[in-house]
Amino acid sequence: MKKILLTSLMMLIALSAYAQDDLLGMLEDKNEVQYTKATFKGTRLINGHSVETRKKNTMDLIISHRFGELSGGAYELFGLDQSNVRIGLDYGVSDRFNVGLGRNSFEKTFDGYLKFKLLQQSKGGKNMPVSMTLFTSMAIKTLKNPNYEISFKEKVSYSYQMLIARKFSSSFSFQIMPTFIHFNTITPEQDRNDIYGLGAGGRIKLTQRLSLNAEYYYQMKTLTDQTFNSFAIGFDIETGGHVFQLQFTNSQAMNEKGFFAETTNDFFNGDIHFGFNISRSFQLNTKKR
Amino acid sequence: MKTQHLYIGLILILCSLSFNSLAQGKYKLTSSKVHFFSETVVENIEAYTQKTQGVIDFAANKFAFKIPNVSFKFEKSLMQEHFNENYMESEKYPHSVFTGAIEGDLNLKKDGEYKVAVKGDLKIHGVSKNRSFDAIIKVAGGKVSIHSEFKVTVADHKIKIPSVVFMNIAEVIDVQIKADLEKI
Repeated sequence: MKKILLTSLMMLIALSAYAQDDLLGMLEDKNEVQYTKATFKGTRLINGHSVETRKKNTMDLIISHRFGELSGGAYELFGLDQSNVRIGLDYGVSDRFNVGLGRNSFEKTFDGYLKFKLLQQSKGGKNMPVSMTLFTSMAIKTLKNPNYEISFKEKVSYSYQMLIARKFSSSFSFQIMPTFIHFNTITPEQDRNDIYGLGAGGRIKLTQRLSLNAEYYYQMKTLTDQTFNSFAIGFDIETGGHVFQLQFTNSQAMNEKGFFAETTNDFFNGDIHFGFNISRSFQLNTKKR
Repeated sequence: MKTQHLYIGLILILCSLSFNSLAQGKYKLTSSKVHFFSETVVENIEAYTQKTQGVIDFAANKFAFKIPNVSFKFEKSLMQEHFNENYMESEKYPHSVFTGAIEGDLNLKKDGEYKVAVKGDLKIHGVSKNRSFDAIIKVAGGKVSIHSEFKVTVADHKIKIPSVVFMNIAEVIDVQIKADLEKI
């Protein structure tokens, strides 16, 4: 009898201790989805776009310069005396859908784009290994030809890209960019209207705000046999609302059809241009989100 | 014979105690809002979240609260991105957690405002700090709610503020929590 009572006593003590559950364990959420954020610091990798889109009601002012060739030497201030400019505005219509407009001094080209984030990398309740953004742009070359009139249609070219990226760790992200460009008109010296290829690039984050970026676009079909693949390498410096990108590249144009299909300098032969992109984010409509 | 009575007596007492604790039960957070505010000469930063999960066991006088860091909403989306990417490092530390004990005289069956002392481990950015402060538990018409205000020192949790923006972010952040409690 004593034994039974003693054991029941022990069991009851154990029961009341067990009743004080691990409270934190009750809050475990197996279905919580963690979306990957900030695969890249900004919306541009270097010359081309990254998978990043600006959130709703955010507007970015982006100013880009590509200077002359470094080989110009001290007399040309290593290319700084000549520069091509692109001034653009990017706008977040929604968190996933961005639009943009820009004007390039190179060949006085206007460009406009649409960008849609189709997939967002995530883990946890929903597993998505990559982020994917669809990109399309239209470029209109308005540089006049002194000899003849050019119709509107002849000035236009279209670019299409699928940007696929994965943030492997907080310090390494990698992106591939299948690219297709269509030129409405080509000159007799140019070989084909449809140019396509594959780009690849990535970033290594060196500190919270500084990263090293590299980007390479390989042309499978070229516009002429004198165009080179675009290569760029540079640093991203993020300071609150600004992203400063400083780079070296062989491309002088800052829109897709320009740098992908029309690069006439060979990076690996030393025809390198220093350049930068500066983007500044503005939050329009600052009501509580 | 006497020892048998003693054992039975103890068993009955223990029974009533453990069943009592099961009966008093646990309360979970519903309709919660956690708001934080950083005030400096240059810029005010604030954000709130309504996704706090929490459980308070009034019988055991214990509690556990958990917030997914990405659920804090800021007026500026880029600020929200930097909060997670540069400061909280939410990919490494997805949650802020507070667990511990509640001390104080409390009668959940009687309407009133009860001041309780909350003591426990506040873990933010992977770094735990022992904290204690007051909270008010209000019982009104059968509804229970909790309200508390406290401060968090950013450096306590190894959150780095770079010199570029040190004038924009306060060293001590004001935090406010308000929630309804529902018995589970």
